[in-house]
Amino acid sequence: MSDFFTSSVLVATFASAIRLATPYLLASLGETIGQRSGVLNLGVDGVMLLSAFFSYWTVLETGNLWLAVVVALAVGIIMGVLYGVITVFFEATQGISGIGIFIFGLGFSDLMFRQQVGTPKPVQRLPSVEIPALADIPYIGEPLFQRSLLTYLAFALVPLTFLLLNKTTFGLNIRSVGENPQAADSLGVSVERTRFAAIMIGNSLAGLAGAALVLQLGIFQPNLTQGMGFIAVALVYFGAWRPLGVMGGALLYGLVNATVLQWKSLGIIPVSISDLAGMAPAIVTIGALILLARRVNAPSALTKPFSRH
Amino acid sequence: MFNKLLGGLVPFLAALVAFAFGAIMLVALGANPLEGLEAIFDGSVGSGERIAATAVKATPLILVGAGITIAFRTNVVNIGGESQIIGGALLSTIVALGFPGLPAFILVPLVIIAGAIGGGILGAIPGALKAYASVNEILSTIMLNLMMVQFMNYLLRGPLIDPYELEAGTRIPQTERLSDNAALPTIIEGTRFHLGVLIAVAAAIVAYIILWRTPVGFRLRAVGHSPKAARAAGINVKRNITLALAISGSLAGIAGAILVFGSEGQRMVTDGSAAGFTSSAGFNGIVAALFGGLHPLWTIPSAFLFGALLTGATQLQRVLQVPSSLAVALNGIIVIFVISSSRVRSWLQTTLGNTNLFGEEEEEEEEEAEEEEVEEEAST
Repeated sequence: MSDFFTSSVLVATFASAIRLATPYLLASLGETIGQRSGVLNLGVDGVMLLSAFFSYWTVLETGNLWLAVVVALAVGIIMGVLYGVITVFFEATQGISGIGIFIFGLGFSDLMFRQQVGTPKPVQRLPSVEIPALADIPYIGEPLFQRSLLTYLAFALVPLTFLLLNKTTFGLNIRSVGENPQAADSLGVSVERTRFAAIMIGNSLAGLAGAALVLQLGIFQPNLTQGMGFIAVALVYFGAWRPLGVMGGALLYGLVNATVLQWKSLGIIPVSISDLAGMAPAIVTIGALILLARRVNAPSALTKPFSRH
Repeated sequence: MFNKLLGGLVPFLAALVAFAFGAIMLVALGANPLEGLEAIFDGSVGSGERIAATAVKATPLILVGAGITIAFRTNVVNIGGESQIIGGALLSTIVALGFPGLPAFILVPLVIIAGAIGGGILGAIPGALKAYASVNEILSTIMLNLMMVQFMNYLLRGPLIDPYELEAGTRIPQTERLSDNAALPTIIEGTRFHLGVLIAVAAAIVAYIILWRTPVGFRLRAVGHSPKAARAAGINVKRNITLALAISGSLAGIAGAILVFGSEGQRMVTDGSAAGFTSSAGFNGIVAALFGGLHPLWTIPSAFLFGALLTGATQLQRVLQVPSSLAVALNGIIVIFVISSSRVRSWLQTTLGNTNLFGEEEEEEEEEAEEEEVEEEAST
């Protein structure tokens, strides 16, 4: 255990926590916007798998990382249109239609990978960008200011999402259709259009989350996410539908993951129980849900399709 | 009349559209869709042996699907099929390891019951968390899926590992070959058609009887219809929510036991992922249940259809070199279409003109009639 509490190991663990938190944070912020409008999107994991594969494939074929990010965004937008049509116009049961998207993403990314790539080949990763001056601060410089642009984007989106939801008319519309769509409708807010827009933003961010995941790892394999998208959904509940809370959840999750990884490599967690330690993040999540479930209120119209009839 | 007919056809239309998507994907992958269809057909029902393989593949889908219908009728969502299958498989494996000498007529029922208990516990946990701590069951079941994979890996790499694997140093994460007395007897010689298929079909019928022919099922459905009304009628809503997920989980747990004791290897083995053991039956069972209109009996043919798709996809891979995950992608599309189709139905009825409005009203009337029926039953 004393190996762990050295400054270099702690800094490395903190840095890896920030890195691991990035895909969760992007996906969870997107899901927060969607849920505030009353739409549960359980398909995040599927969207992440699809965007991760396609951005990986793009890097493999062209070597262009930024094109890969654009491709991931495009995948998110396409899936957003699909999910928007299903939930807003077809008023499908959201828990299930999301599982449909997940199963499709799981199967299709696997299919494309096996057909087009075959065996996992490493690709270049997202470069870290040092922020002048700040990057040299001892201890916190490396974890916070020597990260990739997608990590900076993810954390910059926290205040931006807060401002969007709380200080703009569009944000007010999102919250009102999430709380009381009938009232919003009677005031002339288009429930359909607002929810559709929220879904589009959410899925675009899920697309970016997939890119962040795969471009940080530099490799793709079938079912790469291993349920990360579902955890991102849980983090929204964890963060009580607030961007700052969601960020706290993503950081905690990144930290638990990074610590478990670090302890495994230092031998603090023996190999024989390393699988048990792998249960920790899910246990932490369930524990947090139990503690928080009664204290926070979900958007009232969450998962309820809106219809004027 | 026309509307009713149209309504019944919608799931099939949805499936047809999904299969058209499948054909497009095949063309995009450079394969001939007709040859693809032939391979799927040939691979799933091309011979007696293959029909038996399809039935075996359908078995966990029937069980998980029947469980899903019970949960849905109580208005709870069970996404935890994967964890419940694993839980059932683990507990039944432990029982078989503990009592290898028991005669088959005792051990076979015992491992099936152990499976039901293992899965039932993993269903009851999210059920109780929802009922007594307001934890969203979708999230808790998904978290349990993630946890149980790790727990299975821990047990199969550690305490339950085949001692021979340790001796030889190969450390393949699997149990020793389990007692032959626990093996599910083959029903049709020369094929893989074993007792598990019949157990699954029987369980789906029992699920139907429980739901619509017993007071237990009546209470579950009443809670599903309106928790408020159920509470007013003196029904313990919390207990019934827990019960619904426990029953749902125990059916998935039986599927887990059947996966172990109906397999040729007669042992539990992991490749590190949940799908490696369950073949994603926990998710595919949801697809089968939805396609069967969330009715336990219709889940049976529906599960056979998806079993055929899955075995056919293996043949597709062999003949046309198209990865079998095509079937998984198709399943996802089918879910999306089926779940969207109720709106499509009313939209079709409106656009096609004739007795448009009656379509929707009829449906509402039916629902109201059903509600009245529930209330009447409650008052008696």
